Amino acid sequence: MQPTELLTPTPAGLFCPAANFYIDPTRPVARALITHGHSDHARPGHEAVLATRETLDIMAVRYGAQSAGAQQPIDLAQPLEIDGVTVTFHPAGHVLGSAQIAVERAGLRVVVSGDYKRATDPTCIPFAPVRCDVFVTEATFGLPVFRHARAEAEIEKLLASRALFPERAHLIGTYPLGKAQRVMAIIRQAGYGRPIYIHGALEKLTNYYAESGVELGEIRKVAAADRSKLAGEIILCPPEAIKDLWARRFPDPVTSLASGWMRVRARARQRGVELPLVISDHADWDDLCATILETGCSEVWVTHGEEDALVHWARLQGLKAAPLHLVGYGDDEATESVETTEPAHD
Amino acid sequence: MTDATHTSADMNRFASLLDRLAYEPGRNNKLRLMTNYFRNVPDPERGYALAAFTGGLDFPNAKPALIRALIAERTDPVLFGLSYDYVGDLSETVALMWPARDGGEPPPTLAEVVETLRTTGKLNLGKKIAAWLDALDETGRWALLKLMTGALRIGVSARLAKTAVADMGGLGPNDVEEVWNSLSPPYGELFAWVEGRAPKPDTSDPAPFRTPMLAHAIEEHELAALEPAEFVAEWKWDGIRVQAAVGRDASARTVARLHSRAGEDISGAFPDLIEALRRDDSGAFALDGELLVRTEAGIGTFNELQQRLNRKTVSSLLLARYPAHIRAYDLLSEHEADLRPLPFVERRARLEGFVARFGSERLDVSPLVPFATWEELAQARRDPAAHGVSEDIAAIEGVMLKRRDSIYEPGRPKGLWYKWKRDPHTVDAVLMYAQRGHGKRSSFYSDFTFGVWEGEGEAMSLVPVGKAYFGFTDTELAQLDRYVRNNTGNRFGPVREVLHGPDHGLVLEIAFEGLNRSTRHRSGIAMRFPRIARIRWDKPAREADTLASLEKLLKDR
Ligand SMILES: [Zn+2]
Ligand SMILES: [Zn+2]
Repeated sequence: MQPTELLTPTPAGLFCPAANFYIDPTRPVARALITHGHSDHARPGHEAVLATRETLDIMAVRYGAQSAGAQQPIDLAQPLEIDGVTVTFHPAGHVLGSAQIAVERAGLRVVVSGDYKRATDPTCIPFAPVRCDVFVTEATFGLPVFRHARAEAEIEKLLASRALFPERAHLIGTYPLGKAQRVMAIIRQAGYGRPIYIHGALEKLTNYYAESGVELGEIRKVAAADRSKLAGEIILCPPEAIKDLWARRFPDPVTSLASGWMRVRARARQRGVELPLVISDHADWDDLCATILETGCSEVWVTHGEEDALVHWARLQGLKAAPLHLVGYGDDEATESVETTEPAHD
Repeated sequence: MTDATHTSADMNRFASLLDRLAYEPGRNNKLRLMTNYFRNVPDPERGYALAAFTGGLDFPNAKPALIRALIAERTDPVLFGLSYDYVGDLSETVALMWPARDGGEPPPTLAEVVETLRTTGKLNLGKKIAAWLDALDETGRWALLKLMTGALRIGVSARLAKTAVADMGGLGPNDVEEVWNSLSPPYGELFAWVEGRAPKPDTSDPAPFRTPMLAHAIEEHELAALEPAEFVAEWKWDGIRVQAAVGRDASARTVARLHSRAGEDISGAFPDLIEALRRDDSGAFALDGELLVRTEAGIGTFNELQQRLNRKTVSSLLLARYPAHIRAYDLLSEHEADLRPLPFVERRARLEGFVARFGSERLDVSPLVPFATWEELAQARRDPAAHGVSEDIAAIEGVMLKRRDSIYEPGRPKGLWYKWKRDPHTVDAVLMYAQRGHGKRSSFYSDFTFGVWEGEGEAMSLVPVGKAYFGFTDTELAQLDRYVRNNTGNRFGPVREVLHGPDHGLVLEIAFEGLNRSTRHRSGIAMRFPRIARIRWDKPAREADTLASLEKLLKDR
């Protein structure tokens, strides 16, 4: 069997004809397997959804009861047979509940990794490499200039800046799902004991993380009237809020943004960021390359991002590699957030 | 990395200052960062930092080609090409891609870097630079490469850096300007003076920079509040505002300098103009005008002028192809006499006399625009050809209104000078190709080639007529970037073809200042200063404008 017979790229996403399901479909379908809760992967309106418990919960938090028709939770590492095709979810280390999906039939295994990272993250289960024939990878940071810093060192930078400017509020733009809670958790690991303040848009998902047992310490929602009193505090908000009217009420705010894009100066300047923090929930270049080799695959498909460089690199390693040019994933967070209530991740 | 983490005065400390300055938008915060650095870093380290900010360093052997060779030895060429295309900046690309190496030598000091770059020959330089890059972190590597290639681009003007030095001793920037030209890096004398450890350096600048007087923008409907009889109008030209100063130094040598509006000494890029200005017989003078490229065919485009900017050396080919010219607006001093306290009309009369006597083909005066009512002036602005301008109409940016009695007051005083720009032309064009940009726009698809329709019905096709790099907001840039990624047809290296046809395509409303005939473009037309005025998400591609309508515009002029 050809790999493309098992999984076929279509305008709606990767499709498995034998079992009639899509993975992370970008438009409503009858049967969807969803890797994780980010809005570009988990969209509302499917008739039936198979995903981890956490991903289903996150979809319910975001979209309410109408998030999908039938919902079926699946445990990690538990194979499930659908019409002669075996699917298994494995941890992706990206956000809470995120999974890679292994699709197998007749001895051929394709792993769709969704979004993933290899760096440590106290808020979710680490990525587990799965041996496969075809590895389907993202390439959000698929260029050798993207070498993420250690998130812990970036948080030290934030805390040093706070010490340097105790009269100013530090306002950090973070994606509401995953990035925000990871930043909070690392701030806590660094020994920071004061309450961490959050924008209302972060509240529901942060509560969900806390209820799921992630240690975040005291989190307070910013009351509009209190903004001017938050000198010296750390406040987390959605990325687009750092330049909003909302942000101007804080005492002389230092605007910061936690994102892998901050590695490139033009991106940071373009967002008007004064304290860029290079913290990402995606694999950087070195980790993309290392992961592809670790899976032992003979073929790589690149779903979205900077596919050209990664495809070129894979071919240099003697692997078959092709870009899928899938549209609809990893859209720029600024424009995405205009259309949805929650900004997409980076 | 923050300042606080670098207590030693090495290259990384200078790098973290550059990094902070690059992201810090506030002028006062920039000043505080620099002053803080100058106070806490010893000589000669801080003096070389000041030299870097004021453009006083030049390393003829440290060429971008050398950096390219170093990175080529260490990376795959295709991966480097893709990365460079994305980042849009050579130094930054190399700084990020450079393979990290632990446990090498300690990082160099800035002074060591500057002195080594100045004295090491081409042969040994590569090895030295590679060792430094190994020893530095990403920010340190970026700063080193920026310093070497002489393009810091961190939003610090020479003036601002001098202000920071002045702040150390409670002085004003003009105090530093006054002594500046007699000093050289690493400026030990200057720091000793501002710190009160030594007397003021002895100097008298024969060709000093004078802070220019600037105009406020004005719109037609605001004119009613002004009295026409109180104003004089002159044509405003589309070039670079400059100041030319000529004088004699202590040894009676004639010194000529060209300064940008911000006070940067740009003489080095314009040896032709300096040569024409440096005349022993004309005595000392300073004039304010527009820097242009001018050949027998008239004033060149702004693009052509740009070929001459930001160069440390100029080839004879460039000099011949794009000769520099000043179209004067004002005379600030003549024979040691400061004319700035005189009313504009008196200065203007002196200027006309001076330029006539000077008799150089590289210097002329911007003509006045006669008018009695605002309506007359509006007509002239709309149609310069019918109001006494016979050539270079395309290079007219608008008209300047100057109060007859206005003295030349540094800064942007209220109520004296106004700039009334010409209304741009607009055309609805279809997006055809996109490429990633440079500078602030890099990593986004931000260079857009657009076209208009030629032919009809089945034979209807788009012919490219120009390229636009700006005019959009940051939000629109993100939208355009996404549109390009989601509507890509073919890929030609870094260029993406954006799907375009009568039934599929994005219409951009392009504003531009004028049209020139061009044999270099397939359309036969070159647009002056095109930019995106609006994105017409609503407009079907087939309803965009035609080449015939642009050709009509060309004929009408
Ligand atoms: Zn994601
Ligand atoms: Zn994604």
